[in-house]
Amino acid sequence: MNIIVCLKQVPDTETQIKIAPDGQSIVTDDIKWVMNPYDEFGVEEALRLKEKFGGEVTVVGLGPKRVTESIRTALAMGADKGILISDDALVGSDSLGTAKGLAAAIKDLEFDVIFTGQRGIDDDMGVVGASVAELLGIPQLSLIQKVEVAEDGKSVKVHRPVEGQNLVLESSLPVLITAQKGLNEPRYASLPGIMKAKKKPLEEKTLADLGMDPSQVGQGARKQKIVALSSPPERAAGKIIEGETPQEKAAELARLLHEEAKVI
Amino acid sequence: MNQMAQGVWVVAEERDGEIRKITYEVVSEGRRLADALGQEVTAVLLGSGIKEKAADLGQYGADKVLVADDPRLDPYTTDAYVSVISEVVKANEPAVLLMGASVQGKDLSGRLSARLDVGMAQDCTAFEIRDGNLVATRPIYAGKAYATVTFENSWPQMATARPNVMPVNEPDGSKSAEVIEASFTLDDGALKTKVVDVIRDASGKVDLTEAERIVSGGRGMKGPENYEILEKLADLLGGTVGASRAAVDAGWRPQTDQVGQTGKVVSPNLYVACGISGAIQHLAGMGTSKVIVAINKDPDAPIFQKADYGVVGDLFDIVPALTEAVKKYL
Repeated sequence: MNIIVCLKQVPDTETQIKIAPDGQSIVTDDIKWVMNPYDEFGVEEALRLKEKFGGEVTVVGLGPKRVTESIRTALAMGADKGILISDDALVGSDSLGTAKGLAAAIKDLEFDVIFTGQRGIDDDMGVVGASVAELLGIPQLSLIQKVEVAEDGKSVKVHRPVEGQNLVLESSLPVLITAQKGLNEPRYASLPGIMKAKKKPLEEKTLADLGMDPSQVGQGARKQKIVALSSPPERAAGKIIEGETPQEKAAELARLLHEEAKVI
Repeated sequence: MNQMAQGVWVVAEERDGEIRKITYEVVSEGRRLADALGQEVTAVLLGSGIKEKAADLGQYGADKVLVADDPRLDPYTTDAYVSVISEVVKANEPAVLLMGASVQGKDLSGRLSARLDVGMAQDCTAFEIRDGNLVATRPIYAGKAYATVTFENSWPQMATARPNVMPVNEPDGSKSAEVIEASFTLDDGALKTKVVDVIRDASGKVDLTEAERIVSGGRGMKGPENYEILEKLADLLGGTVGASRAAVDAGWRPQTDQVGQTGKVVSPNLYVACGISGAIQHLAGMGTSKVIVAINKDPDAPIFQKADYGVVGDLFDIVPALTEAVKKYL
């Protein structure tokens, strides 16, 4: 079974986001870049399928050279090879542009299952996975918490939690699955794994290598345009509830929630 | 501005024959945008035997409801919905296409935007019309920043609305939408995924993303058994219990209860944070709540910076006392 995992590099969740002076981007100076947490679930699930069915796990990343580090992390976890799609013309791509780059690299590979994270924790769009599936003409199963590939390796049954329900969905392969938190507990790369990863193949591809027209991607091809970034709306300074006893404090809080905030 | 594209379209969401609340939120918002454009609102309702529910959408502001009635459209599947909606959108060329950022809406919008080859803005918290075009505001980095976005040579202008954010219009019983049967072709060969089972949550608890009130507990809860005091308060308030990542990682609460950057992003009317210090990832996930209450014994906990009302004290004393105190107002 051949499995592909799409990988994005994002600022670590601890990052304080600062808006750059241009008002359209963020300050990237002190950012610690990590593999998108939802993509880690994809890597782990891919490794588990490989352990059961055999085959190869290929990690496909898109972005600047630093993304190599995250691809190496996936290789150290156990993936077999990596591809980095890197080209200055890709800078500023929207979800659709990113998906076009990924799909162009994936279409010539053999695959049964493709994993992506359900969203990147940076732009929070959650569209790239579905767009890659659309471009490749395969079905998608989004926001998945459980994956069971049939013994014959021809179909898959998955669980998608929706509000108040868990849907059990079935699809034939090949399929693209977007990973939701709870799918699994990603393994840590072992020291031997890290050593081995250094020797695993990691290929770098430009748009020209993929036969892509640079005008299809990048800032200029954006169909969703960022006009401005801003800081979250400030909340007015809160009140600290005074009182001698827990009962007094609770009574005062309940009164304020009723009379002032009008939420109870 | 595309002169040809006209009208605000809203994709309705139904489950088990009932229209979901998010639909009323998005229809209401669609009405406001359509008024600004001087255009009509059309709701698109897909399902099986669903037609009788259509006219009521008029009470919330839909002028027309385009109904696609077919057994293959119930329950929802990505393939069937994307096929039908993309066909009717291409045939009618609306200017704006909105839907809810529910789980279904997120699944649908991604694939649909790719099929239509349009730009899309996910999980928006505000919309406006500027110079005849849609401008959307959406939290990014889980709410650590906000992006204002527009659409470039891309019609329809497509976006999803975060649940619980857009106010619902007061239903006007005198209004009824014109119901139109959609014409569409749905090729069985295009339907590659199917729903084989639905596991219902027997607790009947409202999902965090849709809850009006949330009582959330963190590391300060000290163990899973102590969540009972939060359940009691939440039950009384008609709310849902949430948790911080620390509590979920400790195995005290299920994954589906996690609020934060790698969990659920919530916007209730009231968020009560108990024993949650307020890590940046958690604050990001609940920052759009309308009223935030923090109960924590550490007066320096960052959660107090976000809270409208803070109580410094032991949550094991305060929460039961609060449960008693709110009874007076319910």
